[in-house]
Amino acid sequence: MTEVEAALADAHRREWARVLAATARVARDLDLAEECVQEAYASAVTAWARTGVPDNPGAWLTTAAKRRAIDAIRRDAALRSRLPLLVVDDEEEPAHPEERDVEELSEAVPDERLRLIFVCCHPALAQEAQAALTLRLVCGLPVPDIARAFLVTEPTMAARITRAKKKIAIARIPYRVPRPADLPERLRAVLTVIHLLFTTGHTAPSGAALVRADLVDQAMHLARMLCSLLPDDTEARGLFALLLVTDARRATRVDEDGRLLRLKDQDRSRWDRAALAEADAMIVTSLRAAPPGRYVLQAAIASLYAEAPAYEQTDWPQLVALYDKLLQVWPSPVVALNRAVPLSMVAGPEAALAEVERLEGDERLSGYQYLPAIKADLLSRLGRPAEAAAAYRRAFDLAANEAERAFLAGQFAD
Amino acid sequence: MAQYAILIYAHDSAHRLDATPEDTATCDAHSDELTSGGSLVLAYALTPRDMATSIRADAVTDGPFIDSKEVIAGFYVIEAPDLDAAIAIARTNPVVRDGGGVEIRPVHSGGFVQR
Repeated sequence: MTEVEAALADAHRREWARVLAATARVARDLDLAEECVQEAYASAVTAWARTGVPDNPGAWLTTAAKRRAIDAIRRDAALRSRLPLLVVDDEEEPAHPEERDVEELSEAVPDERLRLIFVCCHPALAQEAQAALTLRLVCGLPVPDIARAFLVTEPTMAARITRAKKKIAIARIPYRVPRPADLPERLRAVLTVIHLLFTTGHTAPSGAALVRADLVDQAMHLARMLCSLLPDDTEARGLFALLLVTDARRATRVDEDGRLLRLKDQDRSRWDRAALAEADAMIVTSLRAAPPGRYVLQAAIASLYAEAPAYEQTDWPQLVALYDKLLQVWPSPVVALNRAVPLSMVAGPEAALAEVERLEGDERLSGYQYLPAIKADLLSRLGRPAEAAAAYRRAFDLAANEAERAFLAGQFAD
Repeated sequence: MAQYAILIYAHDSAHRLDATPEDTATCDAHSDELTSGGSLVLAYALTPRDMATSIRADAVTDGPFIDSKEVIAGFYVIEAPDLDAAIAIARTNPVVRDGGGVEIRPVHSGGFVQR
């Protein structure tokens, strides 16, 4: 890779969202903004080869993309007057961008990435569209890659993204950071999308590989970005910590043959200690700052699991206590189910089994493969192998990921 | 500014022909609130579902077009700068806290016919 190629790849990863966010405000049209940013990156290949990589590649790209947007606005003024434009707040909008000097427009502006993130994750858009739009506009992932990540065809994904952009323009979803009163609710939507991207990548819902690394990396990138943009938000920090802890175990979740390893069988010496320490520091400060929310508590639970020198030495009573707190802020049947695992170590498998059987009545868990999987483990610990095998069989039938299916098949074959 | 239509989905309309002012007090209060806020463009309260008649190619039938727990009990049009502002207005509709909900639809075009 040449120096220019390396600089461009780096600028794509680091600066795409910033460049697009700033350009979108001038272009007042997400498609036009995207086009201009793409052209700016393309023009950098020859320009940087000629003049060298600029000191501030992001600023260079932003100026280039904005200039293209302004040119397009001048050229297509008549066409644009008939199009619904992106709603941008008056006080921040240059009155007549076509008459303004480009250099003036590229002065230091406050970070606009938050605006872009909130527009992509607006609750008026379907959640799958929020996720796709975030990957396209905030992460700059090409449409074919997004289609692959969500296992749909490219035309389907392109149509989904186009439809979302149309709704933003026509329904007038504003290009704005929500006002403080709406922020908690709107932020929840953003965190949900990032979490969804991560979990989709972490245990790919179907297919051969357990981890789809590109999605995991993008989710981590987004979570880190959000933390830097909202440094005081404990839930943003909680989510980032949760992703760090979960991802720190990435290398040990499968063996050399791609077979799934349970937490108790994983090689703890290969966990990413630096990531775990970074997460732990965030969790500690977040727990101190405010009554902990869902992500902080989930991170604290994941971190406590990871902290123990060996599975047997896990602090089970503390885990049950954290799950109890989590159930208060997020009364999800999945949380209640996961609580059964430490409960079985504190109160015994019998008590945990009773809890799991109670949850079997909850129809929200009826297709959830981890319920029969946890039940099977409890039954086998209680010396009821036939019932355990039947439960593993049921989990196998519900699981779609090949690595998980292979693991479950091995359990009922034994 | 843009116009948004707000469709009210409720178990049924409170506006029976024999409805007393008490029966429609919540709706009226909300309507007054929107009017004084300056966002209301027009508003219609509809009669209950029993009064609805639906028409398809093969038949004319009694009742709402879609057989569901909720019916459209009324609709109104507001003016708002963007969707977030429209959501903020629409979510104050009392039906939202009363088991129903509202649907926001950006208006494409329309208005009263000059006669």
